[in-house]
Parts: sequence; C-alpha cells; structure tokens
Amino acid sequence: MTHATHTADLMRPPFPAEPGAGVYSNKLGMWVFLASDVMFFTALIGSYIILRFGMTEPWSAPGAVLNVPLTAFNTFLLICSSVSMVKAYAAIADGKKYFLRPVPGKILRDGGLKFWLLVTIICGAMFVGVQVFEYIKLFGHGFTPAGYREGSTLAEHALADPVKYGAATGAMYGSTFFTMTGFHGFHVTCGVISMLYLYFTKVLPEKYSAQDYRGIEVIGLYWHFVDLVWIILFTIVYLI
Amino acid sequence: MTTTAHVRPNYILIWVYLFVLTVIEVGAAFLSHIPKQWLILILVFLAIWKALLVALYFMHLKFEPWRLRVIFLVPLPLAFILVVTTMMEKP
Repeated sequence: MTHATHTADLMRPPFPAEPGAGVYSNKLGMWVFLASDVMFFTALIGSYIILRFGMTEPWSAPGAVLNVPLTAFNTFLLICSSVSMVKAYAAIADGKKYFLRPVPGKILRDGGLKFWLLVTIICGAMFVGVQVFEYIKLFGHGFTPAGYREGSTLAEHALADPVKYGAATGAMYGSTFFTMTGFHGFHVTCGVISMLYLYFTKVLPEKYSAQDYRGIEVIGLYWHFVDLVWIILFTIVYLI
Repeated sequence: MTTTAHVRPNYILIWVYLFVLTVIEVGAAFLSHIPKQWLILILVFLAIWKALLVALYFMHLKFEPWRLRVIFLVPLPLAFILVVTTMMEKP
C-alpha cells in the first residue's frame, strides 16, 4: 500500500467542491443516500438476527439448505467486480478513455475505462444470473419464502432430520433469506442497469475525461457499497 | 491525448486480501471444529475486516475529508441502538 498522505493529495479530483462538505454535490448526494441505505440494510439484518436468535427451536445448519460453494463463487465475482470498478475509476482519472492498449515490452495490454467498466458490468450481470439460478434451484428443492413446501425434497429431509434442517423455523428462515438476498439482488440489478446506461451514453461516446469523471466515481461508490453489504450478508446468512 | 499516472492504493493487493479472507471464512465455517460461539465471533470479525477494506480503499474513505467520513459513520451507532434496543424488548 502506498503512503496515505501522498495518495490523498493526488486523489483529490479537480471538481468544484460544495462549501461545508468539501466535496462536489453529486458525490455528497450519493454518500447521504448510502447512509440511508445503511439504515435500510441494518433494519433487515437486525430483524434477521433478532428473529433467528430469539427462536427457541433450532435454525437450519449452514450449508444444509443453501449451496455455499456456489454463493462463495458469487461472492468472488462481486469482489472482482469491485476491483474492476475501482480500476475503471483509476483509468479515467488518469485520462485513459480507451478499451485496451498495447504496452511496449509487455504481453498484457493496458486497460482503459471502456474495458474495466465492461468487466464490472459483466461480473455484476453474472452475479445476478447466478442468484436467479440459485433461487430456481431452491424453489425446485422446495425452499420458498413461506418455508419448506409440503411434499418437496427439503420437506422430507426436514422430517427426517428436524434439527439439521430447522423444521420448526423453516418459514421464518425462508422469509428472512429471500427478503435480504432479494433486496440485495435488486440493488445489484439497479447498479448493472445504471452502469449499462452510463456505458452507452457517456463512456462509449467518451464524454468522461481526466477533468470530469464524476459519474464514474458516484456509480463506483454505489457499487462498492453493494459489495460491502454482500460481504456482511454472505457471512450472516450463509456461513453462520 | 496526455495521460497522467497517479499514485493510488494497490487495488490488486486489496483484492488478494479480500479473496484470502473469503477463503479463510468458508474454511473456518465448514472445515474447522471451533466451538459455535467462537466461530460466530471469528466470522463476524473477518466480515467486518473485509467490509472495512472495501470502505477504506475501494470507496476511498481513508483519503476523504473527515466531514464526509462522518456522514458514513453517523448511521452506525444508530444501527447499533436499533438492533440492541429491539433485542432488549420484552415479549
């Protein structure tokens, strides 16, 4: 990691700052929205913790119902998308508007804004795709927002091993799981749509430059926040 | 077109940290024989560590003015109060 003070000076973008906050208004607006989103997800996660640990009956064991390796891969995808997003930000801050450019003496090409933002969009879309696939599989096995569907494979497993599958708390498990992951998936979908919009209306026509890349910084903040929330959700919902 | 190379955090290194911490998390959750209470503490600690890496380096919170950091920090005690007071509520 580089020296913090030196980095801080060089990272200050050349945009007019609002008096008081010290940053431009679009960025301030995004931070205020993210602060409100912190409360939104706290309400969801807090409710989950209270409901789960308030139960006297056992909750489903980690990995009994949910496919953890698949979701771990999805977590990896989202982390990769966060890195590509910050690389897109760094590229345009350095004035690199291009897709890929050869570097003399090196095999790998240098990625510009067009390349890194496209990587982010693809990773984000893949995350949503994997989540939809996971939902379809879970519904197929009988795990629904109302709990274990009668006559399904999971309902039979829950009857055979009520402690491992949390037979008595299945309905609560289903509703909290689909609410939290569903709202997060909605956030990711909104992020992908926003980035697609930016890609076709601003990035491809090269409207961003090293002098003005506010849109990329603001959508980047949103995207990293979505990644941050998933890091917490993955641990609380899938691993604990 | 002129390009100016700025000095920034090593984003790839942060990505490696996040990847390694995720592998440790999954490994600790499924391959270890740590008592449940300790396991929860370890997993929450690792999740907070990862979240901090994202907030500080990818969201550049480490390099932002304090006035902006406060905006992000203000809801956290409120969130803590929300959860704790609800948990303390008598049925």
